Amino acid sequence: MPLLELRNVSRHYGRLSAVDNVSLSIEAGEFFTLLGPSGCGKTTILRMIAGFDAPDTGQILLDGQDLADTPPERRPLHTVFQSYALFPHLSVAENIEFPLKMAQVAASERARRVRETLEAVSLSDKADAMPQQLSGGQQQRVALARALVNQPRLLLLDEPLAALDHKLREQMQMELIGLQRDLGITFVFVTHHQPEALALSHRIAVMNQGHVEQLDEPSKIYAAPRNRFVAHFIGDINLLDCTLLARENDQLRLAIPGLGEILAPAHTTAQPGQTGAFAIRPEQMLIGDPAQHRDLPNRRDGVVRELLYSGDVTTYKVELANGLHIQALLANVKPGLVQFFEVGDAVSVAWPADAGLFLDA
Amino acid sequence: MRSERLTRWLVTAPPLIFMLVFFVLPTLIVVAASFRYPGEYGGLAPLVPEGYTLETYRFFFSDVIYIEIFLKSLWVAALSTGLCILLAYPLALLITRLPKRWRDLMILLVVLPFASNFLIRIYAWMIILGPQNGFSLAVNTLLGFFGIEPVRLLFSPFAVIVGMVYVHLPFMVLPLYTNLERHDPAWLDAAQDLGANAWQRFWKVTWPLSLPGIYAGSALVFIPVLGMFAIPDILGGTGDILVGNLIKEQFLGTRDWPFGATLSLFLTLIVLAVAALAMRFSRKRLRHA
Ligand SMILES: Nc1ncnc2c1ncn2[C@@H]1O[C@H](COP(=O)(O)OP(=O)(O)OP(=O)(O)O)[C@@H](O)[C@H]1O
Ligand SMILES: [Mg+2]
Repeated sequence: MPLLELRNVSRHYGRLSAVDNVSLSIEAGEFFTLLGPSGCGKTTILRMIAGFDAPDTGQILLDGQDLADTPPERRPLHTVFQSYALFPHLSVAENIEFPLKMAQVAASERARRVRETLEAVSLSDKADAMPQQLSGGQQQRVALARALVNQPRLLLLDEPLAALDHKLREQMQMELIGLQRDLGITFVFVTHHQPEALALSHRIAVMNQGHVEQLDEPSKIYAAPRNRFVAHFIGDINLLDCTLLARENDQLRLAIPGLGEILAPAHTTAQPGQTGAFAIRPEQMLIGDPAQHRDLPNRRDGVVRELLYSGDVTTYKVELANGLHIQALLANVKPGLVQFFEVGDAVSVAWPADAGLFLDA
Repeated sequence: MRSERLTRWLVTAPPLIFMLVFFVLPTLIVVAASFRYPGEYGGLAPLVPEGYTLETYRFFFSDVIYIEIFLKSLWVAALSTGLCILLAYPLALLITRLPKRWRDLMILLVVLPFASNFLIRIYAWMIILGPQNGFSLAVNTLLGFFGIEPVRLLFSPFAVIVGMVYVHLPFMVLPLYTNLERHDPAWLDAAQDLGANAWQRFWKVTWPLSLPGIYAGSALVFIPVLGMFAIPDILGGTGDILVGNLIKEQFLGTRDWPFGATLSLFLTLIVLAVAALAMRFSRKRLRHA
């Protein structure tokens, strides 16, 4: 039985469907992520799980028990709020002790658990500090410790890392993975930051306007997005409008207006005549001198129009013969770690027949 | 270096001069007056040949009645403050839970009484509490059911407390509201999420975080109630003399200015002590909040 189950949950605000017929089932020990753009209903789902909001229709079950009649204070789960919501009149240790007091844990046991949890988040030396004396990252840790201290079945995290700077954010991501693995607590994590979702999660539900677009492991979400929305939202991708001409063995023959025919792997059941988009990641594109990659079936000449140097890699925007722009990415492994091509260079872009995919939605 | 010192002086001098002219100087005059002899028709007796005396202090401690009046005034001030907290807290809490545009309207209503004259509002209570009026009749009918003798509401300590609480309630509501309005709703969500029921959410989160507001409001109610003479004069009985009445009496009635000055001095000392206490408490909280 899944630990947490959402069955056809909907929540409307007036005419707006904040959450639209969402069904999820989350296993014990899972790191589950709700990923989607701002306003897609992530927080609303978390608030309904925590009990601060109720679905208009549908059910939320924990261990198979409907939670509808359980108020938030009696649900065996805790939330890490985006704003941390630390109690400003209590010290770090007192903040962490709060849920233990509410659960009427004995004083000596409370002291021990607070000490252990402070150690787990590396804040032992800040026990007596007041929350507003801490840095953002430290406050984040206190919020996490407070939500973890009495070992809830389920932890809900609403964009907990959004307020941290890049370096700290990556460090906290590592710590979150470690904590989740060591404690075995199920995490439902909300973010609109897709690299974070890919890095942390066992499974991701990509959401859009209140409904789930795709629910899969991170690698599936990235490599095999189900539709344009997911493809576009996760990572960088080239999306080229096209028509499916024919299925040949395990390959599709696609016609891209102005670019001619290309070959693509046959992942879909789409039939010839269907229009859609050909999707391919910049790192799947091979970019080289005009003479290179003659052996590949999908190959076009072009000119570098723009480039984005990021140190480890450079992203090239290449203009093809018909004026179409395509992005290709190449690691800067040349001595001096400089990019291979300059703006204005004539290049060829090519990709194998088994790269990319045809999206009919 | 020199200009820096000059700027510092220019910045600190105005408030310093203000305090000097409007607080320290008058207090020194009061102190000096308390050591003088009274003039024949009020005022002070000429310094030569009369000189200085400790007479007023001896007089103050010669009769326990004066200390009793001070204690009674402190009690009335404490009781009024307590009742103001009791009434203002739910009101302020209620207002913070209203939608924004209703909140402003409610606060306007809270301060609206200030638009009419203080004495008129006190006289209005004379009418409300008058023996022939509805409120008195209703109270006494109710008491009659329990076999209790009818009571007189007007010209009683009860009426004094009612007047004190009525006049000073806004001074408690406003700082309390200002404090409660700044509370982050997420604190209550977090408390509930971590297992606190409604009662615990109030006592563990809302209440301790509102203490600075309570301290500020208490100072604003306690101190003026302590020196108030108009309300006991109008609503109180003959026995309801408070420090304020006593001091007023020295200046306008018996015309013993030196004794009036002595009483004022004691009152000032008490007020300073209360203010210091309130500040200490809120400072201690501030380090936390
Ligand atoms: N109390 C409310 N009243 C009316 N509309 C609401 C309310 N709460 C949320 N909404 C609307 O519901 C939709 C979903 O909101 P929600 O907060 O769940 O989004 P989100 O995915 O968490 O977005 P973000 O990434 O910006 O936090 C939004 O369009 C929002 O405006
Ligand atoms: Mg949100």
